[in-house]
Amino acid sequence: MKITLVVNREEREAAVHGPESLLFVLRERLGLLGAKDACLQGECGSCTVLLDGEAVCSCLVMAGDAAGSEVLTVEGLGTEDELHPVQAAFVEHGAVQCGFCTPGFLISTAHLLGHNPTPTTDEIREALAGNICRCTGYGAVLRAVESLAGERRS
Amino acid sequence: MNIERPSGLEEGLEALAASPEATLLAGGTDLMVEINYHARRPEHVIALRRVKELKEWDGRRLGAGVTFRRIEQGPIRALAQLARTVGSPQIRAAGTIGGNLGTASPAGDSHPFLAACDAHIELQSRRGTRTLRWDEFLVGVKRTSRQDDELITAVVLPEALPRRQEFAKVGVRSAMVIATVSACVMVDDEGQARVALGAVGPTVLRARRAEEMINSESEKSDAALAEFARLVSEEVKPITDHRSTEEYRRHAAGVLSRRLFERCLRT
Repeated sequence: MKITLVVNREEREAAVHGPESLLFVLRERLGLLGAKDACLQGECGSCTVLLDGEAVCSCLVMAGDAAGSEVLTVEGLGTEDELHPVQAAFVEHGAVQCGFCTPGFLISTAHLLGHNPTPTTDEIREALAGNICRCTGYGAVLRAVESLAGERRS
Repeated sequence: MNIERPSGLEEGLEALAASPEATLLAGGTDLMVEINYHARRPEHVIALRRVKELKEWDGRRLGAGVTFRRIEQGPIRALAQLARTVGSPQIRAAGTIGGNLGTASPAGDSHPFLAACDAHIELQSRRGTRTLRWDEFLVGVKRTSRQDDELITAVVLPEALPRRQEFAKVGVRSAMVIATVSACVMVDDEGQARVALGAVGPTVLRARRAEEMINSESEKSDAALAEFARLVSEEVKPITDHRSTEEYRRHAAGVLSRRLFERCLRT
């Protein structure tokens, strides 16, 4: 089956076989390798994308059920020349160790700040509870997000 | 594979009547895990995310397609509390209360609330509508009374919900965890308590003897509360598995029930 969806503001067509996930289609059919293929059960958050504006695990979305939707992956967040403010803050605060979880954290953070521009530390922790960093680099991630909340507060 | 994506309830019921063997897809947070791990490969899927009637929440009638994210922000205290413990923000954005019922896991996070308030589950098919009480609907481990041509359409809450209601669950961390034990306690204006426990039996259960005992005590003394906890521990039917032991679950069920009951008394 073929589906059409808007990925990173561009209309794309993709072949879909059986009940495979949106994550699989993004990576294997559309060549977008930002969202990561890791736990495949919604535990790790490294495949987080925005689906019609909601942050979801793309491994738990049936690709056939995403037809006609708008998807934003980390590739659509910013460009190399013009980083998204969340990306810039992560770079500034060294909130990247191995980098595997980073795309998921960036999308979850962008989603959080879109709904709540000035989250408290507790709100940041809760909003990012579905993203796991096995390097345990949470301190730097937290500082990066807090800096953005601080800027927006002042 | 064939996927149908109805946008209205009539269309959905028709699709299911024509293909009662079809696999139903709501938020995908359970089904897609089975598919990703090659435990299931459905030939025919009916995706329910677009069915607008299922997303309606009107007072005590809660559409099956309402997500835990919406429930978390809703006005019902213990329901919002339990929704906040479901998975992670990503899981709550997708997962629905209807899906939680359809999966019928013994650890289903919404079940203790539904059992404590004696909620009903509404099922619809082309043949008509029927409404089952929670214990008529949840009949075993991952088993429900839903017929193949029926959709879970709504949860119907009782007319009056006790104002004092508390939910909590025990697990290895606060997020992304399947309950080791979960509990919901409600105390109505007459002081009558109801206690429901999850993950300690094939389905959620009510601790009826503990309820009766504490409801007959006019003074909720330390001794009465300790006996209440002991009866809960005795009444639950947990097993030992990879997540915990029978012994720990019995203990935690008693502690949790007493703690939630005391919280109710303080509010």
